[in-house]
Amino acid sequence: MALRTLNVAPGFMRFMPKEYQDLVEKGPFGRQIKVTDLGTFKEVLEEHPMCEGCAMAFFIRLSLAALPNPEHTVMVGTAGCGRLAISQAAIPFVYGNYCDTNGVATGLKRGLQIRFPDQHKDVVVMAGDGGLSDIGFSQVMHSWFRKEKFTTIMLDNEVYGNTGGQESGMTRKGEVVKMAPLGKQFEKIDMLGLAQTSGVAYIARLTPTNPSRVFSTIRKAVLIAREVGPTYVQAYTSCNIEYSIAPEKVLDDARQVEKERYGFVEIMSDEAKAYLERIDAESKA
Amino acid sequence: MEKHEKQRVVTPEYMFFEAPRTRHFITGSEAASEAVRRANLDIAIAYPITPQSETMQRVGDLFGEGFLKDYYRAEDEIGAFSAISGASRTGVRCLTASSGPGLMRGLEVIASWPGHRLPLVFLIMCRVINAPLSIQPDNLELAYMLNTGSVLFHAENQQDFFDYTLAAFIISEKCEVTLPVSVAVDGFFVTHARGWVEMPSAELKLPGRDCYNEAVPMIDNENPPIRIARDAPIQKSNFISYQMHAAWQQEIHAAQERSRRWITRYMGGLLEITNPDAETIIIASGSAVSQSREAIRQAQDMGHKIGLIKIKSLRPFPVQELRQACQHAKRIIVPEFNCTGWLNREVRATLYGHTEAEIADGPRVYGGITMPTEMILEWLLDAEKGGQ
Repeated sequence: MALRTLNVAPGFMRFMPKEYQDLVEKGPFGRQIKVTDLGTFKEVLEEHPMCEGCAMAFFIRLSLAALPNPEHTVMVGTAGCGRLAISQAAIPFVYGNYCDTNGVATGLKRGLQIRFPDQHKDVVVMAGDGGLSDIGFSQVMHSWFRKEKFTTIMLDNEVYGNTGGQESGMTRKGEVVKMAPLGKQFEKIDMLGLAQTSGVAYIARLTPTNPSRVFSTIRKAVLIAREVGPTYVQAYTSCNIEYSIAPEKVLDDARQVEKERYGFVEIMSDEAKAYLERIDAESKA
Repeated sequence: MEKHEKQRVVTPEYMFFEAPRTRHFITGSEAASEAVRRANLDIAIAYPITPQSETMQRVGDLFGEGFLKDYYRAEDEIGAFSAISGASRTGVRCLTASSGPGLMRGLEVIASWPGHRLPLVFLIMCRVINAPLSIQPDNLELAYMLNTGSVLFHAENQQDFFDYTLAAFIISEKCEVTLPVSVAVDGFFVTHARGWVEMPSAELKLPGRDCYNEAVPMIDNENPPIRIARDAPIQKSNFISYQMHAAWQQEIHAAQERSRRWITRYMGGLLEITNPDAETIIIASGSAVSQSREAIRQAQDMGHKIGLIKIKSLRPFPVQELRQACQHAKRIIVPEFNCTGWLNREVRATLYGHTEAEIADGPRVYGGITMPTEMILEWLLDAEKGGQ
């Protein structure tokens, strides 16, 4: 939302819900939030119905706080646990149909470009591994082939969490989960490799263990998508219910998984690198 | 300067009724793309399928000439229909199109457009639904469209395709409608055949989409209040969620009902009647109307007076008008280009308890066969004799 529409008429403000007043007065809109600011401002996402200890909820909270211009950002999601939280954030959220995130995001981005050619309007897809690597795979790939300028963030819990724990394309080979009674028969889909092959301008893989890294990764992904091309962030956000991780052990598990098989990866095109250097130089000037 | 900037914006009333028109002998695909040229369209998203492709590739040429602001070929129908839904949410004027199997492929998305309250125009160039494989004209797919919540017109010929398409943009974006409007036409018979079309000057265009004057806020981050998920997933199993979904569905159909006055204003009504006092009446839509006209002419030569009711709008359906028009009918036949007879069912359901007339279960052709006027005559004369 443009900043001017955030503010209500002065005499009316006291009739607005406290939540709204707080978002206007102490929210993240129109200023750059740093990771060290967490806990000192009204965040766009606070209440949500996610499970106790959910790593995905934590990652979503960090990602939303990291958005460079939340007042000009539209989120797109689909079926899955993630949207239960994303839909409650103070950012416009589109939930369309199954498989359609990257198609809808394409239309949103192009429509916003037509109507607001002089204002960056960021479009960010945030959906699960099933939504992006299985049912929505074709639209994800084609949005990359077309070089659509928006960010795709995969909340990879390696299972269909919201429907009760069925195998997804991102489940690891051999895992016994629902609909994989003998263990998954094939490897986890290499979305990072596919992103590279498709010419995605910025690719990152991470876990939520390091909030500063989440901040810088999301920020880079959204900024690069404005000017250079599609960006992709893949985050390990364990399902502690389906993989039986005690709530207090969720971050320990993330650290372990990060060490063993989900280390930080960042792949950037030369054009993306040059763009980041340019905007950094401009912001310092 | 882009071509669309050189065009003069005129009111819909001027464009539809007052602007001088010239006659052109063109195909249905050409007629549709000429409507698009005058529609002040922002974005079109295309995916090829016969017999739709020709129209949307012509729209692509219009983009190349500068009449549209954006256009691309999507990966498939679900991709095209999803993307056009994203574009419509941002407030730009939108167009997409499909045929038979493509429409069926994208049906989940199509049926979600009204629920998301997305104004856009969807052109349907009817074609057989597989299998077995065929590309021939047959309008069975419209049976599936009837319950999607979309406003749905069925154009008879090239002129209708031009006029209905232009009107569709305006009706779709009316505040009390805010729904997709689908304009169907029978493939090949209309899309690939030439007919006379009267068109206003290409230097004119409709006013652009006035997106802040619609039923729902745009997803453009310019609307307060901020905490809004326009497409909120209310999926808890509780009374409030049932109520919300029920109320929303009622509202979609109420919005469809509210489109009646605009269809009447811009298209001269939901149906059109010839020989209103005849006792034997043909009720038809699409190109079956043209075949019926010729059959009626031949019947007249043989001394029979036959009435014709052309259904222009399938959704909303002209319920009251049809009951009124069939008050004194004794015999009704419903020629159709599909196997299941979806129009026949609509007619029966509408007239039940409102007419004494016998309603014949046909005639129908399907699989792409054309309907010979002899066949309509046979059914008509059978009906006149009181049997079938």
